[in-house]
Amino acid sequence: MSDNLDFFVHNFFALSITGLALGAVYALVALGYTMVYGVLQLINFAHSEVFMYGTFAVVWVFTAFHVTDSSGAGTVIGVLLLALLAAMAVSGGVALLIERVAYRPLIKKRSPKLIVLIAAIGASTVLSESMGLRDRIAAWFGLDDNLSSYVQAARDNSSLPFTLDPKGLFTIGDYRVTDIDLVVICASLLMMIGLDQFVRRSKTGRGIRAVAQDPESASLMGVNSTRVVRITFLIGGLMAGVAATLYMLRIGTTRYDAGFILGIKAFTAAVMGGIGNLRGALLGGLVLGVAENWGSALIGTQWKDVVAFVLLLVILLFRPSGLLGEALGKARA
Amino acid sequence: MTRIQNLNKPTKIVLLVIAALFVYALPLLNPPFLSTPDIDFGGVLFTCAAYALVALGLNIVIGYAGLLDLGYVGFYAVGAYTVGVLTVYHGSWPFFLVLPVAIVVTMISGVILGVPTLRVRGDYLAIVTLGFGEIIRLAVTNTDWVGASRGISNIPSPPSIPPGDNSDGLFEIPHIAWVNGQPLIDLDHKTKFLVFGVLDTVPFYWMILTALILVLIGDYLVKRSRVGRAWEATREDEDAAELMGVPTFKFKLLAFALGAFIGGLSGAMFATRQSHIDPISFPLLLSMLFVASVVIGGSGNRWGAMLGGVLVAYLPERFRDFSDWRMLVFGIALMAMTILRPQGLIPPIRTRRAKRAQQEIAELEGEESVA
Repeated sequence: MSDNLDFFVHNFFALSITGLALGAVYALVALGYTMVYGVLQLINFAHSEVFMYGTFAVVWVFTAFHVTDSSGAGTVIGVLLLALLAAMAVSGGVALLIERVAYRPLIKKRSPKLIVLIAAIGASTVLSESMGLRDRIAAWFGLDDNLSSYVQAARDNSSLPFTLDPKGLFTIGDYRVTDIDLVVICASLLMMIGLDQFVRRSKTGRGIRAVAQDPESASLMGVNSTRVVRITFLIGGLMAGVAATLYMLRIGTTRYDAGFILGIKAFTAAVMGGIGNLRGALLGGLVLGVAENWGSALIGTQWKDVVAFVLLLVILLFRPSGLLGEALGKARA
Repeated sequence: MTRIQNLNKPTKIVLLVIAALFVYALPLLNPPFLSTPDIDFGGVLFTCAAYALVALGLNIVIGYAGLLDLGYVGFYAVGAYTVGVLTVYHGSWPFFLVLPVAIVVTMISGVILGVPTLRVRGDYLAIVTLGFGEIIRLAVTNTDWVGASRGISNIPSPPSIPPGDNSDGLFEIPHIAWVNGQPLIDLDHKTKFLVFGVLDTVPFYWMILTALILVLIGDYLVKRSRVGRAWEATREDEDAAELMGVPTFKFKLLAFALGAFIGGLSGAMFATRQSHIDPISFPLLLSMLFVASVVIGGSGNRWGAMLGGVLVAYLPERFRDFSDWRMLVFGIALMAMTILRPQGLIPPIRTRRAKRAQQEIAELEGEESVA
């Protein structure tokens, strides 16, 4: 225990800054949960799969462009931007698909929440399993030879085809902040600020807030609530795509079930900040990322995932409405 | 279905007893088509009965009390690990002494989880229980005291009757083999009556089937009682129930504890049948399968839930070529069910009655709006 404490004290800045970078990714995914919850009061259980598809889009773009360790920095950055766009497109598309197939028919029928949640669990299983069985599905269509670098070993880890070599830029405390840390934190902060302003200032954002406050009055005032729901899913998906790209920059590998743990953590972040609250999602994500790193340093890395769950339990116990309080609708422009 | 409900009580009981006897005899009869050609049919039946038992327990939580528990495998694991720890790892208690202890430990874990979480909003519960299932799995993976990732091996079988390692049992029952559609008595395969061994899974099946029937009777009695009605009220409208004087929190906790009871029971039996458990035996996937079985079968109806459990266990074993695809198939089935038949294959009777009432209300409201 004292060893752990020693380690914690000596690596305090390293733990905190890498925690912030991880937390930024959580926060971006948490946005998807929080927005959908704000508008529909439903936990979009399948959102973790939206993220997972984004990570695969990143891997595949890098594979398609044959980026290797010997590729120049310019190529890597160029392909990275392409991968970002691809991940956003794929995640946004999957989110829209989920909304169309799993949610809309049930919302139209005014099904009880439990039923919708079960449909979302079904959608989540279908999405992650079809990724895990992609080699078999490709074989069905006779494409497994052409696509072998994309579909082989579908149940195993898929990694970026090159190793990222983070370069230290400057030092905080005794930790050298790398370019990747900086990119991850800055990119997600930028996305967050952009989204926050979009929801607060744009006409569509006002529509989203109106539906979150009172769907019935909103539709009486001429807000097309189906459209708002669709846009909400799309935004959540786009953010998950960004998160997926940043995640791949930091972690580098993904798997058909990679969404699960990250999804739970992102949801924890959303609840922690106050579900439905965009700024809360950011705060919750950052707090969770840092707390997790501190926790794993203090009690051992193998307990890292447990820290997040226990934190979720504690928060629900003592402050069920989260750190900043709930409500997407109450955010006034 | 309605015709079965309209029968008078003695006929129903006789029919049920005949059905139960048939189910007991299934592994001996090896009915053609139903039997699994590739693997031991008794073992498959054991798994079916175990899933049916779990589904019955989860049905109390999801179907009766309306609480979505996505971490049920956690209870299953607690039951199994208690047996493992007390029979081999840190003690050598006999199985039938460990069984009640395992159940009590699991119930306590259910209460510990339930007290903080049942106060939070219903839809958070799903995530919290999901986390619980993972915490249990991670905890046993990282704790040397329960064997960490190696798990626990050589968990003993229940004692045979008469006792002894080489017991020949009280008597032997031959199986039936089907040759070209003709039933033949197969004297090479006999089940020694109540010898629990590695070779013959049939006695294990009988044991869990007996537990299943006892639980079924208990479930029937509880559902009919004040408790069952309180659950129903809580599920339909928690605030209204609270106003009517139903202590909803207490009843939700009771449902949680009873669900844990049954989960622990089946987990304990799973452990003694498998004789080896490790963290990989309790993946999150299993929780999802359990939920799928209750929802597909018909949440709120004990027969529906059991049917769901049996289907979820049986289909992948019968059609082994497809076993890789089963999660995908269940996912699609879940989505399709919520749209086409949200009440499940065998919906609870109450739903139909409620539906009629709802229809009447709709009609009345319709008239009002016309007037």
